[in-house]
Amino acid sequence: MDKKELLELVHTKLKEKFHGSIESAELLYDFPVFVINKEHIHDALSFLKTDSELNFHFLTDLTGFQTPDEKHLGVIYHLHNMSKNFRIRVKTFFAMSNPEIPTAVDIWPAANWMERETYDFYGVKFNGHPNLKRILNVDEMDIYPMRKEYPLEDQSRDDKSDKMFGR
Amino acid sequence: MSKKVSKENKDIVPPADTMEKEYSILNLGPTHPATHGIFQNVLKMDGEIIHEATPTVGYIHRAFEKLAERRPYAQITTLTDRLNYCSSPINNMGWYMTVEKLIKAEIPKRAEYMRVIIMELARISDHLICNSVIGVDTGAMTGFLYIFQWREKIYDIYEDICGARLTTNIGRIGGFDQDFPAKTWDKIRNFVKEYPKALQEFANLLERNKIFMDRTVNCGPISAEMALDYSFTGPNLRAAGVDYDVRVANPYSSYQDFDFIVPVGTSGDTYDRFMVRQEEMWQSLKIIEQAMKNMPDGPTHANIPDFYLPPKEQVYNNMEALIYHFKIVMGETDIPAGEVYHAVEGGNGELGFYLVSDGGRTPYRLHFRRPCFIYYQAYPEMIKGSFLSDAIITMSSMNIIAGECDA
Amino acid sequence: MAKGLIKRTKLEIAKSPAGLEGPGFFASKLEDVIGLARANSLWPLPFATSCCGIEFMATMASNYDMARFGAERLSFSPRQADLLMVMGTIAKKMGPTLRQVYEQMAEPKWVLSVGACASSGGIFDTYSVLQGIDRIIPVDVYVPGCPPRPEQIIEGIMKIQELAKNESFRRRNSDEYKKMLTSYGIE
Repeated sequence: MDKKELLELVHTKLKEKFHGSIESAELLYDFPVFVINKEHIHDALSFLKTDSELNFHFLTDLTGFQTPDEKHLGVIYHLHNMSKNFRIRVKTFFAMSNPEIPTAVDIWPAANWMERETYDFYGVKFNGHPNLKRILNVDEMDIYPMRKEYPLEDQSRDDKSDKMFGR
Repeated sequence: MSKKVSKENKDIVPPADTMEKEYSILNLGPTHPATHGIFQNVLKMDGEIIHEATPTVGYIHRAFEKLAERRPYAQITTLTDRLNYCSSPINNMGWYMTVEKLIKAEIPKRAEYMRVIIMELARISDHLICNSVIGVDTGAMTGFLYIFQWREKIYDIYEDICGARLTTNIGRIGGFDQDFPAKTWDKIRNFVKEYPKALQEFANLLERNKIFMDRTVNCGPISAEMALDYSFTGPNLRAAGVDYDVRVANPYSSYQDFDFIVPVGTSGDTYDRFMVRQEEMWQSLKIIEQAMKNMPDGPTHANIPDFYLPPKEQVYNNMEALIYHFKIVMGETDIPAGEVYHAVEGGNGELGFYLVSDGGRTPYRLHFRRPCFIYYQAYPEMIKGSFLSDAIITMSSMNIIAGECDA
Repeated sequence: MAKGLIKRTKLEIAKSPAGLEGPGFFASKLEDVIGLARANSLWPLPFATSCCGIEFMATMASNYDMARFGAERLSFSPRQADLLMVMGTIAKKMGPTLRQVYEQMAEPKWVLSVGACASSGGIFDTYSVLQGIDRIIPVDVYVPGCPPRPEQIIEGIMKIQELAKNESFRRRNSDEYKKMLTSYGIE
């Protein structure tokens, strides 16, 4: 199926059920991308999996994102229907002051560790997750390192000369 | 905790169903001879049988995604090398193809065929490590020692092309900056001619070996439904019975021109995973033969002057060439804003790159979809109820590379 | 006839330590003999974490055979190992484990830091990577490279062999050594 037709098909089906919540639907490079708002994201994902024609049974990827204005966080889902080779991207954004969103573990068990990684890096809390703890960083860390306000380098180093590194 | 209570002790010892079962906790710690890579599993054991497992990862978290936000596009290749370091060229090519998708570059056929040869050599190299290490874990050291000779031959080929053995950083965005040297083409031809004999020897050692089969058949099985639920890809998914291969489903780099089979197993146990990898090595050889036979002529890289140093005479005489040279060396390339996702078939499955660019010299956000991280989640389910030695073999047959798991 | 044989085979006999030789006896310093024995039978503990670990596997394999240098038996138990080979990036999460493994090893022990990541953090100048293992344990020999070729790893082992051969008995009990250990916080 052509990518534009896939975009139309998914957009019409989503509009039927969630016509208020779809903030945008466009074709970027070769992926139909949908932005759905936070309140209906869980139902929308559930519908995308269970609908017999769309049947996005495979969760390719789940990752976090921070918008350039540094006030909103987002979660990005890549979904895949292997038998018909449909691939789409679903995004949802919410304010950094209240980063809570329902979990997708009950829809795809693979989302378990991917959500833990998003929590570890961005501080997004997934309501209903069985074990939301840090996964890659040390347990005692109290910052969310992937956010733009935190630095990359280890701040406790004292042997790097600022002059040589352009600071 | 014996269930049989002798007649004399019946009044003293309470009946079996009121006694609480005590499990022993065993730490299969981060440093362990059999875990190839550092990850920890805390096992709750009932004697020799595993009741529950709690994995911990992150012992080699190197913050690739944050680091990628500070490196220009050509330098990120060195980060991708260190994801699945047993087959670095595949990671490199995946990254190049993602950037090429973003800048909408057209790659000439010759460069694509050369890329296919390098990627299939990397796949053979990765599967060799995994299969020989499964042998070592069951006690067969011989296969490991002898088959590593052939990995040295693959390393020789890489060294001629890019200068490095393991973390290759091979090629560039857009293709290869120059054609392979003539002696490298001979080396590849010799490899294709002589490797089948060595692979057949390795296969004779293990494939129909009764002890190996007794150890690995029905060890750590997984059903196709559970594998798809846990987002398995690659040889682990194919061993469970689902024939999904990114090279066939979403072909890239001219894979549609090649004729190869995707091997599929039935029960998803360790033996099936071993056999799927063996067969994939034979298929990779077939692909390399076809690529060598049908190699088209033409340029070896796309016409994107932003990534290729212009010839020195032009740099000294021509203003545009001087500006390109400066911008390439300083890492100031013009990349359009946009977001792409591209996936390649790595040694372990679908390795995806999600790149968001805001037009600057470094990406705004780069996320690696790492297959090892995603399918390692299913490990506790796979070993529930099996013996400890079976759990070790299951782990090594899943080919968990710590660098890719943690990134 | 014996002389002719020796000339034709081109064998190089290794030099024995300095000592008094006579028919049926050889007297030398105990330190030299023990040093020779230790140097040629180092049992490594391969602490392989990432890419350098694969180059170590290539070094142990038949092409670059490290077993020629006496390192045939890899010991994964710290109590039975002489040489701790740290190969690969050590993240801050792994630091306490590395420290514990080092403390469990019995004297005399040597530490070989293989690769740029173990020596100084390598290309990973980030919040989660330990910038060099010499921040937590004392290191004897550093092998730079990313990853170092097997020949470089073997040269690192040869330098450790030199250290082991020439080490005095009293070194591990000397004040200087004890002061160095306390500076790392190891008792």
